[in-house]
Amino acid sequence: MDFGFIFSSAASELFSPTTAAYALAALGLAVHFGYSGLLNFGQAGFMAVGAYGFAISTLTFGVPFFVGLVIAVICSVIFAMLLGIPTLRLRADYLAIVTIAAAEIVRYIVTTNQLTAVTGSANGLAAFEGGFYAMNPFPAGSYMGMNNRDFFIRIVGWGLVIVCCTLVWLLMRSPWGRVLKGIREDENAVRSLGKNVYAYKMQALIIGGVLGALAGMIFTLPRGAVQPANYGTELTFFLYTCLLLGGLGTVLGPVIGAMIFWVVLSLTQGILYGLIESGAVTWLNTVQAGQLRYILVGVALMLLMIFRPQGVFGNKKELAFA
Amino acid sequence: MIGAVFASVVAILLAVAPASQATSPSPTPSPSITTFQNNISGFLRDDARAPIADVTITARSGDFEGTAKSAANGSWSIGVPVQGTYEIELDESTLPEGIKLADGQENPRSVTFSQTSNLSVIFAFGEGIVVQQQDFGQNLLNRLVAGLSFGLLLALASVGLSLIFGTTGLTNFAHGEMVTLGAVLVFAFNAIGLPFWLALILSLLGGGLFGYVQDAGLWKPLRRRGTGLVPMMIVSIGLALSVRYVIQFFFGGATQQLPFAQSAEIQLGPVSISPNNLWSLVISAIVIALIGIVLLKTRLGKATRAVADNPALAAASGIDVDSVIRIVWVTGGMLASLGGILWAYYRPGVTFDMGSQILLLIFAGVTLGGLGTVFGALIGSIIVGIFVELTTVFGLAADLKYVGALFIMIVVLLFRPQGILGRRERVG
Repeated sequence: MDFGFIFSSAASELFSPTTAAYALAALGLAVHFGYSGLLNFGQAGFMAVGAYGFAISTLTFGVPFFVGLVIAVICSVIFAMLLGIPTLRLRADYLAIVTIAAAEIVRYIVTTNQLTAVTGSANGLAAFEGGFYAMNPFPAGSYMGMNNRDFFIRIVGWGLVIVCCTLVWLLMRSPWGRVLKGIREDENAVRSLGKNVYAYKMQALIIGGVLGALAGMIFTLPRGAVQPANYGTELTFFLYTCLLLGGLGTVLGPVIGAMIFWVVLSLTQGILYGLIESGAVTWLNTVQAGQLRYILVGVALMLLMIFRPQGVFGNKKELAFA
Repeated sequence: MIGAVFASVVAILLAVAPASQATSPSPTPSPSITTFQNNISGFLRDDARAPIADVTITARSGDFEGTAKSAANGSWSIGVPVQGTYEIELDESTLPEGIKLADGQENPRSVTFSQTSNLSVIFAFGEGIVVQQQDFGQNLLNRLVAGLSFGLLLALASVGLSLIFGTTGLTNFAHGEMVTLGAVLVFAFNAIGLPFWLALILSLLGGGLFGYVQDAGLWKPLRRRGTGLVPMMIVSIGLALSVRYVIQFFFGGATQQLPFAQSAEIQLGPVSISPNNLWSLVISAIVIALIGIVLLKTRLGKATRAVADNPALAAASGIDVDSVIRIVWVTGGMLASLGGILWAYYRPGVTFDMGSQILLLIFAGVTLGGLGTVFGALIGSIIVGIFVELTTVFGLAADLKYVGALFIMIVVLLFRPQGILGRRERVG
C-alpha cells in the first residue's frame, strides 16, 4: 500500500474547491441552524438554485460572469423568501419538512425532460465556466503542483470562504447577531422585547441561503458541469455532518468540519482501496468500499449528535437545542 | 538474413498474439449490461400471448447505443448509463415470419425515464390490432383507482410514522429505509429459495424486528437521556444514511424484480387495472381497517391514543408507556415492510433507495392529515396518492408528478398548518 500517495491525496482534499464549497454551504447552515435555530433541510436546494441560476443565465441569456453571479444570488434570495413566508411561523419540524420538500421540488424541476432546452434535464449543463477562467490572472504554469486553472479556483473559493467567515463573524457579534441568538434561545422572550422575530428569521434564512448559492457556484465551476443528481437530499445531510463535526454556533466550525469530512473520506477510501488491492481484504470490492464510507458518515452523524452535539469546537451553551 | 526473417516473424507473432486472444469469444457475459444501474426492458409477445424470441432492439441517446436480443421467454433488457430520453428501435427484419407490429405502433419511438431506474417499453404485435386511444374519462377512472392503490400503500407507511410521531414526538427520517427493508427482505428470502409466502411472512417479521431493535437499542435510551426532538430528528437522518448504504452494500445498486412482478392488466367493470395493483389495494385497505378497529375498540388502542395525547398523564393513570411505544414501533416496522413490498410491485422493482424516494410523499401524507393523527395520515396519504396519479392525466409530465404532491403539502401548511384532521393548537 502506497501510504505516501494516500496521505498526499487526503491532504490535497484539505484545500480542494469542493471542500471550500462544503465549507461555505455549511457556514450557511451555521447561520440557519447554529445561530438562529432554523432547521433548514433544504441547503442542497439553495446550492442547486445558485448553480443553475448562474449556469442558465450564462448559457441561455449569455450574460457576463458577474451578472450571472448577481442573478444566482437574487434567485437564492427569492427562493429563501418563498420558503420563509409559509414556514417561519411554524414549529421546527414543519420547517424541516417544507425545506426538504422544496429542495426536492427544485431538483425535480431541473431534472424534468420538459425543460431540457433550458436545464439539460438529467445530463445537466456544461461549458458555462469560460467567463470565470477568462479572468484568471495567473499565466499558464505550475503553481504548487497545480495548473493555473486549478490554482485560480482554489484562490477564489477559499478567498470567498475567508470573506464570508469574516462577514458572518462580524454579523454575529453585532447587535443584530445577538438578537438572532436570543431568538434561538427563547423566541417568546425576544418577541416580548418588541423585536420582529419573523423579520430576523427571514433575514437569517436569506443570508444563509445566499451562502448556499455561492457554495453551489464554487461546487460547479471546477467541474465545468452542473447535474441534478449532485443536489439530492444526501448533500444536505453531508453538510449537517460537516456542521456538527466542527461545531454548531461557531464561524470556523463549519470550515474545519468540511476539511475533516473530506480528509477522512479520502483517507478511508485510500486505505480501503489499498487493502483491497493488496489482497488483505477480500470480502469487499471497490464499489462496496465506497458505500462503506457513507455508512460510516451516517454512523458518525448519529454518534456526534448523541455524544458530542457541540462538535469539535462548539460550546455546549451555544446549542440550538437543549 | 535467416535470423532477421526469423526475428521479424517472431515479432509479428508476438504482436498478433494478444489481438487474437482478445477476439476469441469470452465465456463471461459482457459486463456493459450488468454495470449500468438503469435499464430499459420489456416483453415481446404476439397477439396469442406467445413469446417472440431473437428480435433485435436498439436504444440510442447521443453517443450511447445499446442493443439487446429478446430471450426465449420474450424478455429483453438494455442497460443504459443515465436516465434520460432514449430512442428505441425494434428491428422489424428480425421478427419471425407472419408477425408484424400492430398498426399505430411507433417504431422507432422515443421513451423517457420517470422516477424509477427501470423503464418498460411495450411493443404490440398482431394483424389489424389498433392500440386503443383511451378517452379522457376512461383514463381518469383508471388513474383514480391506481392512485387509490398507491395512496393506500403510502398510508401503510404513514400510519406507522404518524403513530410513532404521536407517541414519541420523533419525526423519523429513517422510515423510508424501513419501507425499503420490507421489499429487500422478500427479494433476499426468495432468492435463497424459500417459498414466496414464507418470504412475505419473514419480511414482515423482519420489519417488526427492525422496529423493535431500533426502539430498544436507540430511541429508548435517547428518551431516557432526555434528548430533544431536533437532535433525535438528526440522529434519525444519520440512521437513514447508514441503513440505506448498508442495504446498498449487500443488495447492490441494480433494480431487481420480485416474483410475479410482470402482469397484464385485467378489465374490471369499467376500470382496467393490473392484478398486482388490485391485490395491493385490497390488502392495504384490509390492514388499515384492522389498525383502525384495534385503535378504536381495544384496550391497547385506547392506551396508544392516551399515550399519544399526553404521555405523562397516561403513565400516571397506570398505562405502561414504554411497552405501548415498543408495540407502536414493532407495528410501525411491520406496516412499513408491508408498504415496501406493495411499493415494489407498484413501481415495479426493488432498489436500495426505493423507500427514500417516497419518504417525502409519506411526510406529505402525514402533514396533510395532521402530524400525529392516525386517520389524518390515512386521508392525507390517499389524497397524495390520488393527486400524484391524477396530475399526469391533467397534463403534468410524468417525471414531475411528485412535485404536485409536495407543492400541495406546502400550500396546505400555509393555510391550515395543523393539517386536515389536526387539532387547532399552536404549531409555531
